[in-house]
Amino acid sequence: MSEVGQKAFNLGVPLAVHMDVTYRCNERCVHCYLDHDDHGEMTTAEIKGALDQLAEAGVFFLTLSGGEPFMRRDFFEIVEHARRQLFNVKVKTNAVMIGAAEAQKLRALSIDSIQISVYSHRPAVHDAITKLPHSFERTIKAVQFLRDQGLRVSIANVLMTPNLADHYGVQKLAAELGVNYTLDPTITPMMDGDTSILALRVPGEELEEVFRNPALVPNQEEFCAPPKPPSDEDLEGYSCSAGHSFCYISPYGDVFPCVQFPLPTGNVRRQKFLDIWNLSPQLKEVRSIQAKDLTVCSSCSHVSSCSRCPGLAYMEGSMRGPSTADCEKSFYRTGVPTANMLRQGLSKPRTTAPLVQIQPVAVSA
Amino acid sequence: MSETYIVRSSAIAARLLAGEMMVMNSADSTFFTLNEVATAIWQAADGRTPLREIVREQVCEQFDIDPEQAQADAEQFVADLSKHGILLVSDNPMSAESAR
Repeated sequence: MSEVGQKAFNLGVPLAVHMDVTYRCNERCVHCYLDHDDHGEMTTAEIKGALDQLAEAGVFFLTLSGGEPFMRRDFFEIVEHARRQLFNVKVKTNAVMIGAAEAQKLRALSIDSIQISVYSHRPAVHDAITKLPHSFERTIKAVQFLRDQGLRVSIANVLMTPNLADHYGVQKLAAELGVNYTLDPTITPMMDGDTSILALRVPGEELEEVFRNPALVPNQEEFCAPPKPPSDEDLEGYSCSAGHSFCYISPYGDVFPCVQFPLPTGNVRRQKFLDIWNLSPQLKEVRSIQAKDLTVCSSCSHVSSCSRCPGLAYMEGSMRGPSTADCEKSFYRTGVPTANMLRQGLSKPRTTAPLVQIQPVAVSA
Repeated sequence: MSETYIVRSSAIAARLLAGEMMVMNSADSTFFTLNEVATAIWQAADGRTPLREIVREQVCEQFDIDPEQAQADAEQFVADLSKHGILLVSDNPMSAESAR
């Protein structure tokens, strides 16, 4: 599979796309960066048209998410169309609207997998984060319905200060339910630029504990080893697949290099997807950046192993600059300071990076 | 002589990447990349055209392959993919709708 990913990357084929079909949601999670009002979502026909174009462009892996995707009454129609176009479909949801019948429908549509947000194994903590009473109970029931249909289910556990102590519990719950578990400590600013939710980010010191948890990181020695000096090949390398073989499409048709990279590159309501993919100057710029071009990170000892996110770097001010959240991870993973910390004379990373979320281009329907 | 008919399962995901078909079965996560010849057979697997005819028209006429060898390879390919539920095989014609 990685061979196929590399081939698509080299050929510049958009192998994978994440499409949010709505930003509306039935939960009001304390850490969510989205504006849940509907500012003119794509219609069913527009989404189907976009999917047809994505299939033609070579997209194979399609993630459908939101907001809460099941808030759209036409969501099953969208999934059905996507499957007819032979996409490998993954759905991300809070699952509170999934009952036995919906689980059965998803099985019949042969989706690849479904990822469900669970914040805690304690109902009160989960419900306090989602602000939807009984959401834990409904979500866990849905996990069982989906699992019983033989679907591949994974629980996504976003880690933040209100549920910091609960990742062991959620992991255990996932094991008891017989589903996969993933953990993500990334909190991003709100779309309107409000950075207050960054206060929910897990303090760096706590990340260290997460990285030392053998149940989460089995290859401890390798994962936490001091960075190796970068090779020429490392310096010729690229950050990730964003804009190379992956992109993100918002409910309003805006195309971005990634969910976490709010650089507007075009809109599928006004342009053909392939024209955006092939001709956008912004995407061309993203694709041109090699590790050796990075303003601070090119001289960092972590450059070959860092998870540096160009989208988070962009939100900090420059897509060629450092992403402080990843500097933190590299430091707490290995104990070795990053070039970004050293230039600021810091012995420990700053706890909150000055991120600014860029408002996606407003497009009327 | 009885004919063999093949049809693509509707439970799979598939896409052409640089002339080669990527095929994935979500049920067991099996992933295949088909070469050009296998891709030609795959694309012709409509449930109505006999495998022998597919091999003759899509393989022998378009690729320089010995017909007997091509038929044997195609039967092996079909057997492999049908084991994973990616192609469905029957002695009678099938509709695409029956491929679930």
